Amino acid sequence: MSDAPTAQPAAFEGPLVETRLVAWYFYASLAYLWLALAAGLLIGLQLVDGNPLPAAEWLSPGRWRMVHTNTVVYGFLANGIFGAVHWAIPRLLLRPFLSRTLSYFVFYAWQVIALGTVVGILHGHAQGVELGESPTWIDPLVLVVWLLLAVNAAAPILRTGGAMYVSLWYFLAAYVWMFLTTAMGNFLPEYFVAGTNGGAIQGLFLHDLVGLFITPFGWGLMYYFVPILLKKPIWSHSLSLIGFWGLAFFYPLNGIHHFLYSPIPMFLQHGAIVATIAVEMVVTTVIVNFFATVWGTGATWYRVLPLRWFYVGMVLYFLTCVQCAIQVTLTFQQLIHFTDWVVGHAHLVMFGVFSFWLFGIMTYLFPILLGVPWRSTALCEWHFWLSFVGIAVMVIDLTAAGVIQGFLWGALKPWDTAVEASHPFWMVRLIAGVVIIAGQLCFLGNLFFTWRDGRAGAARVDSHDA
Amino acid sequence: MMSVLEKRSAVLLGAGLGMFVLAFASNAIVPLVMYRDLPEQTALEVVNQNTLYQLEDLRLRYREPFEQHVGQATNETCAELLKTGRQVYVAEGCWHCHSQMVRPVSNEPLRWGPVPNSPEYQNELQRPVMFGTRRVGPDLSREGGRRSNDWHAVHFWQPNTVSPHTRMPRYPWLFDGSPDKPNRRGLGLILYVQWLGSWLESYPAYEDYVPLKQQLANPAE
Repeated sequence: MSDAPTAQPAAFEGPLVETRLVAWYFYASLAYLWLALAAGLLIGLQLVDGNPLPAAEWLSPGRWRMVHTNTVVYGFLANGIFGAVHWAIPRLLLRPFLSRTLSYFVFYAWQVIALGTVVGILHGHAQGVELGESPTWIDPLVLVVWLLLAVNAAAPILRTGGAMYVSLWYFLAAYVWMFLTTAMGNFLPEYFVAGTNGGAIQGLFLHDLVGLFITPFGWGLMYYFVPILLKKPIWSHSLSLIGFWGLAFFYPLNGIHHFLYSPIPMFLQHGAIVATIAVEMVVTTVIVNFFATVWGTGATWYRVLPLRWFYVGMVLYFLTCVQCAIQVTLTFQQLIHFTDWVVGHAHLVMFGVFSFWLFGIMTYLFPILLGVPWRSTALCEWHFWLSFVGIAVMVIDLTAAGVIQGFLWGALKPWDTAVEASHPFWMVRLIAGVVIIAGQLCFLGNLFFTWRDGRAGAARVDSHDA
Repeated sequence: MMSVLEKRSAVLLGAGLGMFVLAFASNAIVPLVMYRDLPEQTALEVVNQNTLYQLEDLRLRYREPFEQHVGQATNETCAELLKTGRQVYVAEGCWHCHSQMVRPVSNEPLRWGPVPNSPEYQNELQRPVMFGTRRVGPDLSREGGRRSNDWHAVHFWQPNTVSPHTRMPRYPWLFDGSPDKPNRRGLGLILYVQWLGSWLESYPAYEDYVPLKQQLANPAE
């Protein structure tokens, strides 16, 4: 261990946590979640040949497909993460962000980015980089805002003395990674590097977005919220260190595994495969650490709903990573690349893991932010179970579909045969998607009534004061 | 040892900056050095006889729209139209359902055509490269020349008229009201698709296999 904490509570004016901003971030996050759900529903309908919308440019499923993925990352997950981080970092440091004005400015700027990305894509200004489809005129703004976000959060982290808690390692590194990732992925393949080499960089960018942005923020938040809710510290500090440095070393080396069997030099593909399997081992240490922490607390993980979101998300994370280590091998790639298997994998990690963690954080924080308990714990339960059943069915369904598509393609069946064979799977996926949407509807309704309870409570307090 | 790894400077510079730079150097700079003798070709440089033939075919089939949206059929207008077509391909997200990468496994060379190499992709029209991520529809990297320009026009207008089970959406905004009047975006996209694979010896690369049913029907072949 490093030297004992020497930090003095910093002198500052105003509240430690800007709770209003945290709530705003969560509202924005949920608004984009609904946009992403609508986009997903549209594509699901298109795949079963049941798209009810007229063939208009702004309603084109091809464009909405890009809106779906970009909204999930930059609208829903990013806003949710920023909100949670605005809660966690000041409380860890006992010091607020560098500037309150800057915090609000970044919030507005990020909404311009997220909304601009959607409007730009729908308007036909998409860029040809996966998850970097944001129009070229937005990219410089993204870079600037990342820098401001980093400065606003890193300044208080660097100023506070004493040992730094695990969560802060992840946050601090992630701010640096995101700035560099954006600078690399949004500019090099578009303007400077064509062809195979550009493909390698696109792979790095795509993977870093998940691995160096969402993953480290996600784990940092888990290291913060899990011990608080369990009322006990993380089991092993050494394992935390191995997990962090293992992620930092291996994750950035994974990117090229998105283009296996491409003309990218084979030794680089082999390197990416080995690094991906190594990530799985690192992840195991983190998972062991969290399960050793919860060990001996009985059914608390189930009874406390936020913890259930967290721990079920962790189990799904472990499954995702086992899947990664298997599907990244060249043997598996022959069968499953370009199939629905990969789509299932992406949904498992983005919804089953990171969305679950965010829902857990929101389930915990909204009552605190609004000053009233959830109106209906039953609706909270429905939110969990519909989300869980929906994603489980969707992933199993798409994984099976992927295997069948892979075999039919490899057997040189006519293309239509594979499309027809996929139809029942796409129907099941559509139904699973509707179940997920129903779960989010429970959450939204519950949130609305809880928010109204909070307003009514505040009004009563006001009238008492008067 | 532990305390060093937990220092702010180690996290900021070692993990944040160092690890990223290490990965960037090994995964992005290495291929850059390997391809240093392979300069990026412009769109004009990758215009070839096969593509010019398709351009001429477009001019003859759609005389008025072509004159209005393209003008003359020259190497320069061909290059510009290819760029337009590529923009449409990116803007409509075609590459989210169609790959441009034949893999040397799973019988893919038999279905699509020759396995690609890096020089093929080293041009302006592959920046950013369109390897793709999912195949709801077929790979397109060897699609050029397989089908007629009329087929493509009708297909973009109403895909299921020529491909019964397709899940592809309609793209009426690539036309001025009817499938025989493609606008500049429509002409560009058709030309771009016809360009794919046009640089190969085996253009057009027809599917090099016989479905099992036909094999059984004509065992002698």
